Amino acid sequence: MNDSTIQINGEAVALPDSAALVDVLRSHGIDPSSARGVAVAVNERIVRRSEWERKTLASGDAVEIVTARQGG
Amino acid sequence: MQASHSTSHQDDPACGDPLVIGSLTLQSRLLLGTSGYPNMQVLLESIATAGTELITVAIRRVNLEDEQEEGFLSTIRSLPVSLLPNTAGCYTAKEAVLVAELAREALETDLIKLEVIGDDETLMPDAEQLLKAASELVMSGFTVLAYSNDDPITCRKLADIGCAAVMPLASPIGSGMGLVNPYNLQLIRELLPTIPLIVDAGIGTASDAALAMELGYDGILLNTAVSKAEHPVQMAAAMRHAVMGGRFAYTAGRIPRRFFAQASSPMQGRVGQ
Repeated sequence: MNDSTIQINGEAVALPDSAALVDVLRSHGIDPSSARGVAVAVNERIVRRSEWERKTLASGDAVEIVTARQGG
Repeated sequence: MQASHSTSHQDDPACGDPLVIGSLTLQSRLLLGTSGYPNMQVLLESIATAGTELITVAIRRVNLEDEQEEGFLSTIRSLPVSLLPNTAGCYTAKEAVLVAELAREALETDLIKLEVIGDDETLMPDAEQLLKAASELVMSGFTVLAYSNDDPITCRKLADIGCAAVMPLASPIGSGMGLVNPYNLQLIRELLPTIPLIVDAGIGTASDAALAMELGYDGILLNTAVSKAEHPVQMAAAMRHAVMGGRFAYTAGRIPRRFFAQASSPMQGRVGQ
């Protein structure tokens, strides 16, 4: 299996090709069944929670995982 | 915390005068930002003391190194307040629309404080990008509260697009300069008599908030004036009362200004006449 390089919140990460988005999220403690207050975009397009399971990542993809913080 | 908040409106004669934004009905006309407080406890006390029912939050990357940080969101979600996510830090309509969509997904709210800024020095809105983003978000079903320049034409266009509230600045974000152009703010109110208008940004102290309310504004959104005050909780109280005082003065109808004095005591029956 080839590795691919993916940006996760701006950090380059090596992952197996066609890694599942949901596995990436789980590895950071974000479980689709319980996580609240989190949203995900891949390549500047939102990936809804219902799509996390079947979304796969390709080399060069940029993943953004966001939540709410203090703001004005 | 919960108890003090729930009792905060019982003695509040403004209860019959709510602020309605989209499907949201607010008894308090003070909207509060959550950034820059000395600590979480001061933030929570400021929210409770201000009596606010709508607080702003930013949408930012999850810190993947520190999964403990998620405490902020779960704490504020336990409060009897609604969350108003913002698009702070966005320079283009495209960025702002993406952040708004992420906010809707993360927080399960259609509310968005739309902020599309033009530069770092003034943090003033880029009107062209702001209007573009507002249009797209309204079409996508968002309840848009648009942070705007104090330009009557931009504000009118935001209203025409279908924004739920238009929020002209009093002066630049975080400047505390107060109402630098009250005439423009008044023009905007005169031109847009029905849409909720909220002064957002630039409030420095209580009198600024009261003055904006006396001009007929429907509410005040502020953050730094409280969070960076020497005593934030006390300033939150000051702002709560200033917003209420200004609102009452507006609805009560002030007396016209007169050039010369007019005695308030009767002239008849004076001693020695």
